[in-house]
Amino acid sequence: MSALIEAEDLVRVYATRQGLFGRAVPVRAVDGVSLRVARGETLGIVGESGSGKSTLGRMLLGVDPAQGGVVRFDGAPLPDKGTPAWRALRARLQMVYQDPLAALDRRLPIARQIREPLDIHARGDDAARRARVAELMQSVGLRADQAGRYPHELSGGQRQRVVIARALACAPELLVCDEPVSALDVSIQAQVVNLLRGLRGENGLAMVFISHDLKVVRNLCDRVAVMYLGRIVEEGPVERLFAAPRHPYTRALISSVPDPGQPLKGRIILQGEPPNPAKRPPGCAFYPRCPQASGICRAELPQMRATGQGCRAACHHLDGADPVPQAA
Amino acid sequence: MIRFVSLRLLRALVTVLAVMTFSFVVLRMSGDPAEVLLGPDVPQNVIDAFRRQWGLDAPLWRQYLSYLGAIFQGDFGLSMRDRAPALDLVLERVPATLMLTVPALILKLGIGIPAGIFAALHRDSAIDRGVIFLAILGFTIPSFVMGLVLVLIFAVTLGVLPSGGFGTWQNAILPGITISIGGIGIIARFSRSAMIEVLGQPYIRTASAKGVKWHDVVRGHALPNAAIPIVTIAGFMVGSLIAGAVVVETIFSWPGIGRLLIVSVSNRDLAVVQCILLLIAAVMVTANLIVDLLYGWLDPRLRTGTAH
Amino acid sequence: MANLVEIRDLRVAFDGVAVLHGIGLEVAPGEALGLVGESGCGKSVTWLAALGLLPSKASIDGSVRLQGQELCNAPRSRLERVRGGRIAMIFQDPASALNPVIRVGRQLCEALRLHRGLTGAAGRAEALRLMDMVGIPDARGRFGLYPHEFSGGQCQRLMIAMALAGEPELLIADEPTTALDATIQAQILDLLARLRAETGMAVVFISHDLGAVAQVCDRVCVMYAGRIVEQGSVAQLFGHPRHPYTRGLFDAIPRLYGPRGALVPISGTVPDPRHPPPGCAFAPRCAHAHGFCATQVPRLLPQRDGRHLACAFPLPERDPQRDYEDALT
Repeated sequence: MSALIEAEDLVRVYATRQGLFGRAVPVRAVDGVSLRVARGETLGIVGESGSGKSTLGRMLLGVDPAQGGVVRFDGAPLPDKGTPAWRALRARLQMVYQDPLAALDRRLPIARQIREPLDIHARGDDAARRARVAELMQSVGLRADQAGRYPHELSGGQRQRVVIARALACAPELLVCDEPVSALDVSIQAQVVNLLRGLRGENGLAMVFISHDLKVVRNLCDRVAVMYLGRIVEEGPVERLFAAPRHPYTRALISSVPDPGQPLKGRIILQGEPPNPAKRPPGCAFYPRCPQASGICRAELPQMRATGQGCRAACHHLDGADPVPQAA
Repeated sequence: MIRFVSLRLLRALVTVLAVMTFSFVVLRMSGDPAEVLLGPDVPQNVIDAFRRQWGLDAPLWRQYLSYLGAIFQGDFGLSMRDRAPALDLVLERVPATLMLTVPALILKLGIGIPAGIFAALHRDSAIDRGVIFLAILGFTIPSFVMGLVLVLIFAVTLGVLPSGGFGTWQNAILPGITISIGGIGIIARFSRSAMIEVLGQPYIRTASAKGVKWHDVVRGHALPNAAIPIVTIAGFMVGSLIAGAVVVETIFSWPGIGRLLIVSVSNRDLAVVQCILLLIAAVMVTANLIVDLLYGWLDPRLRTGTAH
Repeated sequence: MANLVEIRDLRVAFDGVAVLHGIGLEVAPGEALGLVGESGCGKSVTWLAALGLLPSKASIDGSVRLQGQELCNAPRSRLERVRGGRIAMIFQDPASALNPVIRVGRQLCEALRLHRGLTGAAGRAEALRLMDMVGIPDARGRFGLYPHEFSGGQCQRLMIAMALAGEPELLIADEPTTALDATIQAQILDLLARLRAETGMAVVFISHDLGAVAQVCDRVCVMYAGRIVEQGSVAQLFGHPRHPYTRGLFDAIPRLYGPRGALVPISGTVPDPRHPPPGCAFAPRCAHAHGFCATQVPRLLPQRDGRHLACAFPLPERDPQRDYEDALT
């Protein structure tokens, strides 16, 4: 299958100042990430805070410029941010953020906001735009009588539906969702997850779903990439990867998810915390917390290797470790 | 630290320079000192001689450069009216102004901060509403109205205090109060909202939840945090020590910087006006610098970086 | 054994809007009780009200007894002795729960001074011991740092250390892991379980995360719109939820194992507390609701299997015969 979006060796370096009097320290938020998403495919990106997953999402849309590497959309490199070509491309690439209230304009009724991209990209005449807004609202589960409501009059779940409807307005080919359900209560979260499930693959829509919630990612995505400190450490088809993770970090991450009915005992509990991205250890960034780390891990950065059945992982100890299937 | 301070100092210098340039240009565009000082019926050749003498016939950029050059040598020019050094004329008036503004500053902080904090601690009570009402009254009534009202009550009607003049401490009371009332209102409102904001923070609940007595929560946990925004507004008040009394000095005929400024502007006494504006800018900028440094001292988040 | 805390008919209203409609629950010494529900259900308000930590605009009714001592609307001095001493509390966002301008060591020592009279070197030594105990690396070197110099997980460890300072009989943990990353959540849950085993204190674990509750607790209360709707042992509730809301919560969570079908959401949204439905608060969203549910509020009643339920038409009790057949197939 041809890739809709393809990233090669992406690098993003931030300069962060340590305190008021400090010097700017370069932080490699994204450090050599390559990935590809096919038309109609849903890729999950999981990782903890500081893993660079949100930065990666913005880079895929060209919102954050890359200091190294290239993003190709439909075969052509992304145009620079702010250029007319980039703005035109925005109709085909859309983003959904975690906080819908911040993403919406408090002073405009929701139907106007859903319509906005149609006006910007001059799609159809007035009647066609009206019809499209009505169709979008229906498809995300908003009632027609809610068209004149303002964001603050809606619940969190309904607001996120508005954001999704607006993102879908110009029938994009790629939707990047950054933690779209994290701020929602369980019962509402399921409604939005189901909505996104329904959109998957519809008219070839591809999705990049960034989340710290492994359960939602597993439910929604075809493939998943696990990030740790700016790098992808493991990726593969979601069911396979969750059933038999090979990278020690992925194992610990999956094991740490509390599942009702699973006891606390027998879980892998990692020592320590992810290091500060500004003080990335040499070699494998995970070695200070890794139960399997050895001398080579301190010295050498592990490269991605195929681990079978479409999975790849970056770890020096893939051969020695058995692929322990997680108890079902 | 050194880098931070030198950066701020540089910014302060740039600000002062901008004020100097602005006042220089605006003053020269807004009227001819020769006409104002010499009067309307003076022959043209006298005017020309006057302009040549004060260098007003040179192009503006040349005047500006020689002004700047003189300033860097510590020469602030001569007053066109008195022919005395402008700096001496200005510095002579500073003590009179400070006699008003320093006590006023103490009143502003000493009454405003406690009133605001007290109101915040009794939020939505009658006391709170009373404080808000008085605070709004204080800073919405212009000082010239306030001054005249006070004169009407205490000087004209009651006859207990002089309506103007200079010399005894009684003369300073009415202008002092007039200057401070607006500031008290502003500081009270600001302190109140800063304190309310802090009292709503999770760490205040934590302190209560660990059994700290309420007055210790307020004193030990809330006040150090509320101090950070209050310092900003207090710094602003310090900055107005020189400039804050222009209107009031005029109303009460108080011989301070403010009155000198008004007189010099109407006389187009360029050197004096420029010298006063420079002094005001310098005080403001210094106050801001001190506020910035105080921030670092009060808020550890600005002092050190994230170390984890 | 006599209960440590007994809450009876606790009601809370903010500006006349009722958010708790009569909560009754008890905590036995050493027990771990979970309180589950979505945002706004009143699970945190219950315990903030019990300790008098709600803002003064809240009106509180009912009774909260700590071994016979009434806490509800008690004088401030009595509450201040209990808070942090006999009942300690930790909160959701650890980074903002610590005072940003006070060194962490001083914040710890303050609790030790208040409840154990430890000052000076003795207080410092005990504070360092607590920091070690909750797993702060290099406690001695980090005693004088400020909260922003610690990560979120370490801030929560510091909060726990501060809570332990008063050697409490009960620790209220209000969403202690919600703001943390997955691997750090696991560490904190593990720490709480270990500390409970070591100290024998009771724990009330407030969370919207059913999984986290299952890991730490013996008994669970499910709350909805200011009422407890189901209460029972973890095994009972998680093995076979009977209130349609509890059941709905389980169905709405995607699973980490097994098939990956569409989720079963609970339709609609939580009722606005200003306009509560006249009957059962869950009735408008409930597939099992009948006429009765729209008009009458069901009471929380004990069931044959030992759990408590507030539902007129609950899911059927588990049929032992069918369980047996399931086991065979």
